[in-house]
Amino acid sequence: MENAFTIAAYVVAAVLFILSLGGLSGQESAKRAVWYGIAGMAIAVLATLVGPGSGMWLLSLLLIAGGAAVGYQLATKVEMTQMPELVAIMHSLVGLAAVFVGFNADFTISMVDAAKAAGEAVEGTFATLVAKKTSIEITILQIELVLGVWIGAVTFTGSVIAYGKLAGKVDSAAKKLAGGHTLNAAAGALSLILAIWYFNGGGFFALFLLTLCALFIGYHLIMGIGGADMPVVVSMLNSYSGWAAAAIGFSLGNDLLIVVGALVGSSGAILSYIMCKAMNRSFVSVILGGFGGPAGEQMAVEGEQIAIEAEGVAAALNEADSVIIIPGYGMAVAQAQGAVSDLVKKLRAKGKNVRFAIHPVAGRLPGHMNVLLAEAKVPYDIVLEMDEINDDFPDTDVVIVIGSNDIVNPAAQDDPNSPIAGMPVLECWKAKQVFVSKRGQGTGYSGIENPLFYKENTRMFYGDAKQSLDKLLPMID
Amino acid sequence: MKIGTPKETFAGEARVAMTPDSALQLQKLGYECLIETGAGAQAGFADADYTAAGVEVVKTAAALWKAADIVAKVRVPDDSEMKRLRADQTLISFFSPVADEAKMKSAAKKGATVVAMEMIPRISRAQKMDALSSMANIAGYRAVIEAGNNFGRFFTGQITAAGKVPPAKVLVVGAGVAGLAAIGTSTSLGAVTYAFDVRPEVAEQVESMGAEFVYLDFEEEQQDGASTGGYASVSSPEFREAQLAKFRELAPDMDIVITTALIPNREAPELWTEDMVASMKPGSVIVDLAAEKGGNCKLTVMDEKIVTDNGVTIIGYTDFPSRMATQASSLYATNIRHLMTDLTPEKDGVVHHNMEDDVIRGATIAHGKEVTFPPPPPKVAAIAAAPKKEAPKELTAEEKRAKEVAEFKQQTRSQVGMLAIGGALVLGIGLIPGMPPSFMQHFIVFVLAVFIGFQVIWNVAHSLHTPLMAVTNAISSIIILGALIQIGSSGFLITLLAALAVFMASVNIFGGFLVTRRMLAMFQKS
Repeated sequence: MENAFTIAAYVVAAVLFILSLGGLSGQESAKRAVWYGIAGMAIAVLATLVGPGSGMWLLSLLLIAGGAAVGYQLATKVEMTQMPELVAIMHSLVGLAAVFVGFNADFTISMVDAAKAAGEAVEGTFATLVAKKTSIEITILQIELVLGVWIGAVTFTGSVIAYGKLAGKVDSAAKKLAGGHTLNAAAGALSLILAIWYFNGGGFFALFLLTLCALFIGYHLIMGIGGADMPVVVSMLNSYSGWAAAAIGFSLGNDLLIVVGALVGSSGAILSYIMCKAMNRSFVSVILGGFGGPAGEQMAVEGEQIAIEAEGVAAALNEADSVIIIPGYGMAVAQAQGAVSDLVKKLRAKGKNVRFAIHPVAGRLPGHMNVLLAEAKVPYDIVLEMDEINDDFPDTDVVIVIGSNDIVNPAAQDDPNSPIAGMPVLECWKAKQVFVSKRGQGTGYSGIENPLFYKENTRMFYGDAKQSLDKLLPMID
Repeated sequence: MKIGTPKETFAGEARVAMTPDSALQLQKLGYECLIETGAGAQAGFADADYTAAGVEVVKTAAALWKAADIVAKVRVPDDSEMKRLRADQTLISFFSPVADEAKMKSAAKKGATVVAMEMIPRISRAQKMDALSSMANIAGYRAVIEAGNNFGRFFTGQITAAGKVPPAKVLVVGAGVAGLAAIGTSTSLGAVTYAFDVRPEVAEQVESMGAEFVYLDFEEEQQDGASTGGYASVSSPEFREAQLAKFRELAPDMDIVITTALIPNREAPELWTEDMVASMKPGSVIVDLAAEKGGNCKLTVMDEKIVTDNGVTIIGYTDFPSRMATQASSLYATNIRHLMTDLTPEKDGVVHHNMEDDVIRGATIAHGKEVTFPPPPPKVAAIAAAPKKEAPKELTAEEKRAKEVAEFKQQTRSQVGMLAIGGALVLGIGLIPGMPPSFMQHFIVFVLAVFIGFQVIWNVAHSLHTPLMAVTNAISSIIILGALIQIGSSGFLITLLAALAVFMASVNIFGGFLVTRRMLAMFQKS
């Protein structure tokens, strides 16, 4: 068992972590909150190093230093547009670590068994803990570590695939292997059988097979989910990595692991829920992958997309009093946030009311757009949520849509047969004029036709978002 | 191919169907452009302007008709022009298939193709070539200007040192393109503007232009303009009575009345009766934009301005667009240019007359030696019919209260339900025989932590979701504790795996926190 000092330190760390998450309720308090988190982590690691983990503290410190160097490199080099990829790949590390720790717990159990049989004493903190356990406690311990390993393994491959999709290394469309859900179900059932075998003395081999099953599920599950659903996937994986940590905490009998794992797990779960709600889809349908087929004939789109040049957009902006900008993933891809910020500065300097409307699932990560705009030094008090700004569109002169598609699709409201019917969308078409900056005439990630582009008050401003805005900037006077 | 524009022969017609600007665009489509000398003079375009734009100036109309493969003009051709029209020539102009039926037939007999600008279907794709709308826009604007010219007072209300001036009251009947343009002009001059239309769905458009829509107190289902291609149709006698009664009530107050009510292929409906004119104040002005079709007011004399016995001026001009020839010509020429773009999909200067295309089919009234009027109904409706919407009911205070109570009860029920299920689950786990207390201790910690997590995370701001994920990612590497504990163990494999886990987790800790700091430092207030 840990000594009293370690437990006390864990309590302090747990409180700091809770404060850290709670502090994220506002932009100002968040700056303080991150320090709470750092302090909590430092206390937890130090307390473990001097207490139960003192066995090879020098090696541990070296490894931590090495990890720190790599982490520092990653964190300082990453572009803000690549944030989703970074978060995804870091989740995979937590998953893999959980798998390793779970394996180790299994090795320790068999080692202790062997030692007991030989009548020798065992060394190591965890081993002594295990040695004291009754047989039923050992079974519970095994259940916990199976859970930890399984969730960890799913998180690992899932995150790697999510990273691949976000970084464009894996095709982002929803792909299904032959067999689809039955394959997942079969792998799940097989995991269960292997787990039962393991509890009944299957040994490490059973655990290893089970891990392979979980790795496959993680891979297959995320391959089947399309790019537009990535915000849900990333937050879901975040949640899984938390639950894995909590399960490992149970098996190691470490309360701090349990507390933090539970905090992270519930945080990810809530985020996934918020994202799903923003897309009006049930969590299950996102996880099972892809948009469902259309329920019936979709409304035909009439009219044509009318293109406009930078001069026309500039003239409209020069005359407008109120402007709303709706950024989407296209802005991130084109790295146009700086140009957007310059445009906003110029317009605001002329006394125009310029605001941003952010849909909850804009981008590929919850809150992605906010981070990009913040990077480009757009003041956060003009960046508004969908619910705050949706009623203001009828009084707005000009709306500029930069690289978003489904989140401004009127079909969600008008066409009950649309695959996105009922999803809350930004009602930008109610404004007097809408300009859509878009690379070409193609449909978006979901492949759904967008009637907004055909509306009479919509003009298409074709081209790469950044180049288009750079052309536009000098014409604003 | 060559596209040519002759001088308009109709007396007083000042418009021209080609401008130097449109000629440049036509040349981009691969056409050669011709113009008769002096054709643009009244619209403010000199021959030299055309020459500068690369247009060949032709001396006589006869030579032009002879040289051009396509003739674009404004008014329907007169008899001498009809003689010049030859086989395989394409004529683009205003051409009413009903009023000019004989000319249409003779053109078809000759084998010429005629595209009538007023027959362009009213679908959104064809708006860019809808010359009726662009001319109506000008007529609406000019109607207000003509009215102002004949009206002895200001439009806008003023309080000056020399006394108070009341604002003019303007009534616009018929809120089509011309009507809306008139409303816009009138409100921007400062008049108090009222508007009426038989299609109630245009009320929103009227109000968006700053005028007040005059509603009738009438029970019958009012007509849905969408079913008739956006145009008004004939209304029932009862409806007409209700409408006239309303106008009678308004007539004495109105200073300026602009009527624009037209029904396609019919005589204009009488909306402003003689007794209404009689009840108006001396000095009032009526502009009747329907004069060409008999007028909305029976006193109107086509192409003339008259003053009634009680001093009301009635303007019945039909040439408003021609009175603004420069503006009208440039809009009309642009309409023609858009039509040519659709006729020349390859941009190779050769007309490809696609009779499968709704717009081209609809506007073509003579083609391949046959009369092709009337066209089959277009495949797409002009405007989607707006489904009837039930107005949301205003809730009374009691209903509101009842709703709140119901919501509160619902909330309590769901909360108690969740608590009961959660509690039963926890108790159930405790009841499993042989469940060791050491597990239960950890379990309690777990449940409480989940609970705290749910309480705390709901408050996180939307915009901070990415930092939240980065922070939770960083602190989920708390799994390092497990690895640190195991690393001291005796087995080599265990130490190796634990070491790897420590390394990966620490990458995560530092990466996660640093990135979060970077992101949060960027958020700033203005």
